Amino acid sequence: MKKRRLWSFPGGLKLPDHKSPSTQTPIAPAALPKQLVLPLQQHIGEPAEPVVNLGERVLKGQVIATAQGYLSAPVHASSSGQVVAIDNLPIPHPSGLSAPCIVIETDGEDAWGERQPVENYRQLNPSQLRNLIRQAGIVGLGGAGFPTFIKLNPGPEPRVETLILNGAECEPYITCDDLLMRERAEEIIQGIGVIGHALHARHCLIGIEDNKPDAYRALAATATEGIEVVPLPTRYPTGGEKQLIKVLTGQEVPSNGLPIDIGVVCHNVGTAVAVHRAINLGEPLISRIVTVTGSAVARPRNLEVLLGTPIRHLLTQCDTEIDCIDRLIMGGPMMGFTLHHDAAPVIKTTNCLLAGLQEGSRQPPVMPCIRCGACGEVCPVQLLPQQLYWHARAKELDKLQDYHLFDCIECGCCDYVCPSHIPLVHYYRYAKSEIWAQEQEREKADLARQRYEFRRQRREREQQERAARQQAKKAAVAPSASKTDKQAAIQAAVERARAKRTAQKKTIDETPPSQ
Amino acid sequence: MPFQFFSSPHLHQGKGISQLMFQVIYALVPAIALYVGYFGYGVLINIALAVIAALATEALMLITRQQPLTPFLTDGSAVVTAVLLALCLPPLNSWWVPVVGTAFALIFAKHLYGGLGYNPFNPAMVGYVLLLISFPKEMTTWLPVQELAAQPLSLKESLTWVFTGTSVQGIAIDALSGATPLDYTKTQLGLGQPMAEIRTHPLFGTLGGKGWEWINMGFLLGGLWLLYKRVISWHIPFAMVGSLLTLALLFQWLDPTTHPSALLHFVSGGTLLGAFFIATDPVTAAATPRGRLLYGVGIGCLTYIIRTWGGYPDGVAFAVLLMNMAVPLIDYYTPPRVFGQNRRP
Ligand code: SF4
Ligand code: SF4
Repeated sequence: MKKRRLWSFPGGLKLPDHKSPSTQTPIAPAALPKQLVLPLQQHIGEPAEPVVNLGERVLKGQVIATAQGYLSAPVHASSSGQVVAIDNLPIPHPSGLSAPCIVIETDGEDAWGERQPVENYRQLNPSQLRNLIRQAGIVGLGGAGFPTFIKLNPGPEPRVETLILNGAECEPYITCDDLLMRERAEEIIQGIGVIGHALHARHCLIGIEDNKPDAYRALAATATEGIEVVPLPTRYPTGGEKQLIKVLTGQEVPSNGLPIDIGVVCHNVGTAVAVHRAINLGEPLISRIVTVTGSAVARPRNLEVLLGTPIRHLLTQCDTEIDCIDRLIMGGPMMGFTLHHDAAPVIKTTNCLLAGLQEGSRQPPVMPCIRCGACGEVCPVQLLPQQLYWHARAKELDKLQDYHLFDCIECGCCDYVCPSHIPLVHYYRYAKSEIWAQEQEREKADLARQRYEFRRQRREREQQERAARQQAKKAAVAPSASKTDKQAAIQAAVERARAKRTAQKKTIDETPPSQ
Repeated sequence: MPFQFFSSPHLHQGKGISQLMFQVIYALVPAIALYVGYFGYGVLINIALAVIAALATEALMLITRQQPLTPFLTDGSAVVTAVLLALCLPPLNSWWVPVVGTAFALIFAKHLYGGLGYNPFNPAMVGYVLLLISFPKEMTTWLPVQELAAQPLSLKESLTWVFTGTSVQGIAIDALSGATPLDYTKTQLGLGQPMAEIRTHPLFGTLGGKGWEWINMGFLLGGLWLLYKRVISWHIPFAMVGSLLTLALLFQWLDPTTHPSALLHFVSGGTLLGAFFIATDPVTAAATPRGRLLYGVGIGCLTYIIRTWGGYPDGVAFAVLLMNMAVPLIDYYTPPRVFGQNRRP
């Protein structure tokens, strides 16, 4: 492996990785389910707007909901069939709430609609490429689900020095990127070509943790000019965007800034493949690789899954003992959230389904904090998790912000090591939502105040205008003010005299003849 | 099928408070064994009495405070306090000395502040200082190393003395007792003796006090194991020992006749027990990395100052308690630089 200078980030953990069970077999396509449940919101931002009617027949790849607003992504039918419902159904979300979904009953033909591959993407300009990528419904496949086209728009000024492809995959159990890199290195490199063209990036670094040597070899063998594949020490959370950038470039993304502020753009390897498919093959984002693993799964592996496939359908395909699942997690064991129901479908951000853990989770009882500082030692952001915890408990929201609560990436390292088994991250999430709620309240109050102010100002203005109008009227009655005072006074006297006369005359005139 | 909700992360390394506490106790085993070898069974009796008193007091206080018994009684923290305090006591004491010391430590220094995690002062050191101030005679009656003793005491004889207070084999305990090397050094220096002369006393071995030097090596060994096991971080021991030795070397260089050598400071009294086991008590120590360095340096310097110019031969306990007071301030001013941020709160 080629040597490249690497940096390191503070804190972090060496975790048992549990990756081998799901890497034994190659990626296999998941069976086509009877029904596909496609939530309108599978990304950060506004939910998409349905454009199909109940009973309508749709083809694979057809747009069934369009993006609403800037921060949004369209949804496509992931197989052919009939729209049988547009309704609130369980979705994979930490809240466990239901949300609007389009349900397609598949017809088994899996018939594609029209696909329009781009002959040579180099002939398109970045904005055309972005538009195509947007229409393909691509969002970041690493887990956060940020619409990809936005990250391809670095704005007019800042120059993109480095495109970073995130193949670190630092969470235990998850292996979808690993297998993708092993098996589809070619597609990743092609995707980098498109992204690099859209961004005018100088060069590209692909960071892969060194516990995935096969993936490294596959990519290193495929990489073309300007693309460097870099093995990274295995350490959680190297796959965090800011951590990865630090390790690869030595630069820190400013605390309230974006990677682009330091000339870096970061995409997940899966996203690169999706971009390649969208541009070079004309296929929108309708499937993704999902790791199905965990203690309750008899045949853990990676499946290429059509979006909208019910999770239960996947679990049974991997011979999962559903009754043995103590917790069903979407994502990794460190940052993933538990699902409330296995009827929820696979969405664009579903990288892993973890059915039951191989080993220890947090054990009650929760003991008092003994100030051991272990949490601070492992925090990759160098926060003081212990102080955050005290202030979160005391609901000292201002203090929490002083201690940089919003820099917390919720990686869970502090929680993992706390000997008192305190659910630290839970407290932080709660505190964050409290602060948001408070801010919303304040915004509402601000808005009300603004409205009031506005009304008051309008009234004042109207009054002033009225006054001005009256003045103007008076002024119109009075002659122009260009003359000197003396002249004006004389003029006024003359006027008065004339007015008096007129008035007298008028009075006489108007006096009824009878008098 | 519906599933239960859990908050992430879903993994935990598994180690709890009691594991940490018991690792501290395992780390003390080599030193305790050496202690018994050099000074007889007294120390074991002290430990046993202190532990029993600690658990009883802890249970009583938990009941009084209406707290659940099991998690707190088994967390090991009371046991650690008891053992550390017992290790600071003279090896042959009346039974009530360790009992009063631990009970006071746990009631006043721990539970009255809110129990585990809430005490600002190191309970073991509070207990020790209380005994030292209230019962100076009992607290300075040290046994000499067995090889210097006229007659080593058997377990039965030790127990008899501890519980009945009757002298053994007709010999008054006073006749058996002697000063610790630090004590001796301090009094002799006060009498104007040069260091070279003092070091020739049979109390001293190759590195420091006979016996004491090896017991301290036991603490060092255990401490290094704790570092290796990541139960403690290097900051406090390193800073404390480092600053103590720096001062000692400086004064030794300036005037070796009136200042004990750095080596003597290193292997005497509470230096290594304090550095690895007492100053590193998580609850009462500084918590930020830079804070821990400062905290350690503070203890090291204060220890040297008290040993050299203060009224007591050893100063670790006072140094720790004094620095405990400074912890909130230290923590407040030493937060690490947040990733991606240039300002400090
Ligand atoms: S969850 Fe937040 S506070 Fe805890 S280690 Fe991660 S970044 Fe630090
Ligand atoms: S790890 Fe847990 S017990 Fe230790 S300081 Fe942090 S919150 Fe407190």
